Amino acid sequence: MDFDLTEEQRLLQDSVARLLGDKYGFEQRKGYMKSPDGWSREIWAQFAELGLLGLPFGEDEGGFGGGPVETLLVAEQIGRFITLEPWLSTVVIGGGFLRHGASQELRNELVPQVAAGEMLLAFAQVERQSRYDLFDVTTTAKKDGSSWVINGRKGYVVHGDSADRLIVTARVAGGQRDLKGIGVFLVDAKDPGVQRRGYRTVDGQRAAEIELSNVRALAVLGNPEDGLPLVDQVVDESIAALAGEAVGAMQAAHDMTIDYMKTRQQFGRPIGSFQALQHRAADMLVALEQSRSMSYFAAMSAAERNPLERRKAMASVKVQIGRSARFVGQQSIQLHGGIAMTIEYACGHYFKRLTVNDSMFGDADHYVRYLAETGGLVAAA
Amino acid sequence: MDLRFTDEEIAFRQEVRDFIAKELPAETRERMVAGRSPTKQQVVDWQRKLNARGWAAPEWPKEAGGPGWTLAQRYIFREELQQAPAPSPLGFNINMCGPVIIEFGTEEQKQKYLPRMLNLDDWWCQGFSEPGAGSDLAGLKTRAVREGDHYVVNGQKTWTTLAQHADWIFLLVRTDPNAKKQEGISFLLCDMKTPGITVRPIITIEGGHEVNEVFFDDVKVPAENLVGEENRGWDCAKFLLGNERFGQARVGASRERIRRLKVIAQESMDGGRPLMEDPDFRRKVTEIEVELKALEMTVMRVIATESKRKDKKPDPATSVLKIKGTEIQQMCSELLMKAAGPYAWADGDPDEEDGSNDVDVAPDWAFGLAGVYFNWRKQSIYGGSNEIQRNIMAKAFLGL
Repeated sequence: MDFDLTEEQRLLQDSVARLLGDKYGFEQRKGYMKSPDGWSREIWAQFAELGLLGLPFGEDEGGFGGGPVETLLVAEQIGRFITLEPWLSTVVIGGGFLRHGASQELRNELVPQVAAGEMLLAFAQVERQSRYDLFDVTTTAKKDGSSWVINGRKGYVVHGDSADRLIVTARVAGGQRDLKGIGVFLVDAKDPGVQRRGYRTVDGQRAAEIELSNVRALAVLGNPEDGLPLVDQVVDESIAALAGEAVGAMQAAHDMTIDYMKTRQQFGRPIGSFQALQHRAADMLVALEQSRSMSYFAAMSAAERNPLERRKAMASVKVQIGRSARFVGQQSIQLHGGIAMTIEYACGHYFKRLTVNDSMFGDADHYVRYLAETGGLVAAA
Repeated sequence: MDLRFTDEEIAFRQEVRDFIAKELPAETRERMVAGRSPTKQQVVDWQRKLNARGWAAPEWPKEAGGPGWTLAQRYIFREELQQAPAPSPLGFNINMCGPVIIEFGTEEQKQKYLPRMLNLDDWWCQGFSEPGAGSDLAGLKTRAVREGDHYVVNGQKTWTTLAQHADWIFLLVRTDPNAKKQEGISFLLCDMKTPGITVRPIITIEGGHEVNEVFFDDVKVPAENLVGEENRGWDCAKFLLGNERFGQARVGASRERIRRLKVIAQESMDGGRPLMEDPDFRRKVTEIEVELKALEMTVMRVIATESKRKDKKPDPATSVLKIKGTEIQQMCSELLMKAAGPYAWADGDPDEEDGSNDVDVAPDWAFGLAGVYFNWRKQSIYGGSNEIQRNIMAKAFLGL
C-alpha cells in the first residue's frame, strides 16, 4: 500500500496544473465559453502536446501509456479549473470504447488522431425515457448487408455538437429494458442522417440533442448482440475520472471559501472567527477528504476484473462523492453569502459543475438504490 | 500509487485470522457478537494469549516488548480482532499509559511497569477528566504537593472507565497552581490500593456500570512515580491523546456490526417479510456501508502517509477518523436497535454485573441492542468531543 506518486506521475500532475494555472483563469474561461465551440481549440492543442489526449492508450499505439491513476490526476486538475474541453468525452469515454471495443484496425486508424487532437468523440446514450439506466434503449440498429443502420433519438450528448464521431448505443434485439440485445456503434457525426442541435448546459459545458435517421454505422464496437458489459466497463472507468473531477472542484470551492472566511469582515472581525462557520468548514473538509479517499478507491477499482464487484465499487463512489459534492457545493455558497450568488463570482460555477457531475451516469440516489438492491458492500454473517 | 496490500500483508492477515479462530474462546466471541462487553476475566485471558504470542501491544517497538510491526500490520491486526469480534488489547495499558512510559519514562519505570502491562497483571485506568475539566482538560484542579519523597494528591477525577477493575491509575495533577494552566500539570502513576482513594460508580443511561468517580484524599504517591519532568505533564497528555485519535476509526468493528445488522434484519419481520427486504431499510444500511468504505480508504491513506512522514505533523485526513468513525458506529447501533423493533425494549437487569437481562423475554438476537445504542452516544463525547475535533480542524488545518 503506497499512496505516493511516481516521478512521472508528479511531472504529469505539475505540467497540467501549470498549463491550466496559466491559461485557465476564471476570466479566461469566460472567454472560452463564448467562443464558437464553447471551449478552446488552442487549449486542446496544448492538451495534445502534453500527452493528455493519448493518456490511456498504449505507448505502442502512440499513446501516453497512462492507467487509472494518471486519469485521476488529470481529472482532478480539470475539476480544479472546471475546464470546458471535451476531454472526458473524447479521451476517457471515447478512448475507453476504442480500447475495450474497437478492432485493431479501427484503433490503428483512430487512436493516433485522438492523441493528436484531430478526432473528437462523444457518447450518445441518454434517451427521453432512460434516465440513468444504461440498458434502457429504444434507438434501433438493423443489420443491412454487412453494415448496421441506426434510427432513434439521443439527448444530453455531452460535447455532441463538436464531435467528429458519435458512439451510439442502439437496440439490435429484445425489448426496451432488456439487458441483452444492445449494440455500440461508431457513427460519423457529419452523416446526412445525423441532425444535431447543440446547446449550452447549466455548468457552461456543451451538449447536443441528436436525431439519427437511417444512419449507416462506420463500425461496431464490441459484440453487437451483447454490448452492455462494454458500456458498463467504460462507464465505470469514466465514473473514476468523474470522481477525480469532483474532488478537484470540491477542493477549489473549499479553498475559495476558506480564503473568503479569512478576509471578509463583519461585526469587526473576520467571519472565519465564528465557531458556527468554522464547524461547517470543518465538516466540508471531512466530506472533501472522504471523497478524496473514494477517488483513490475508484482508481483502484477501475481495473477490477469482476464486473459486479467493479460496478458496486463505482456505485459506492458515486454515492459518497455525490453526497459530498452536494454538501460542499451548497455550503461553499452559504458560507460566502451573497457574493457567491453572483454569476461574476467563480464559486457558483464550481457548485454548478459539482451538481451536474453528481448526475452524470446516475446520481447518488440512483446508486444507493442499485447498491441496496445488489446486497451492499458487506456480506451478512 | 499502489493501493493494494502486499502478498506478505495478505499472508499476515491470514495468520492473525487463523490464530483468532484457534485461540479465541467461543463464549467470549458469542458475548461480543451479541453486542455485550467482554467480562474482566475474558479480557485478561485473551490479552495473556496475545502476550504469549508476542502480540499484546501491536504499536509498541520491539525493545519495549512489542512485535515491531509496520503500520499496515497493526491496522490489519486490529481490524481482524474487531471483526472476529475479539477483545482488543486493553487500551489503558497498551495505547495510553504504556506509550507514555516508553516515550517519557525512566529505565526503572519501563522495567517495572511495561511487562506487567503487557500481560495484564496490572489493569490500568485513566485519571484525566474532572467535574470542571472535560473538553477543557487543562483546567484540571486535582492538586499534588511535593512533601519529601512523596506527592500528596487531593481532588476528584470522573468518567474513569473501568476503575472498578483497576490496579493502577495514571493521573494528570496540578503541581504548580501559579503557572499558565498547561504549564503546571504533571503525570503521575498511582497504585489504586493506596489509602485515601475512593471509587464510586456512575451508572450510565442504559443501566451499565462502566465509568466511575475517583476521589483522592491525602493520597501519598512516591515521587519516583512521576513520569517525565514535573510541570511537563501536558506534553505526556498531548502525546497520549494524539495516539488515541488514531484508534477511533474502528473500521473492523463497524463492519462486524453491519454484518450482524444484516443477520438481525433477516430475522426481524416487517410487513410480513424480513426487514432486510424492505427497500427503505436496505438503503439506510447501504448509506452506512458507503461511509464506512470511504473511512476505510481514509485510514489507509493515513497509514500510508504517516509511515513515510518524518515530522510528527498529522495528515488532515486523521481528523476525519474520530468524527466519521464515531458517527458510523453510532448509526450502526441505531439501526441495530431499530431492526429489533419492539423486542429492543426489554431492559437490562441492573443487578447483573454487566447490566443485561438473562430472562427469556425477547429473542436472543434482539437482546441489549437498545442498551448499546444508548451507551454509544458516548462515542461522540469522549476522546475530545466531535465539536472539539472540529475546533482543532478549523485551527490546525484551515487556519481559521
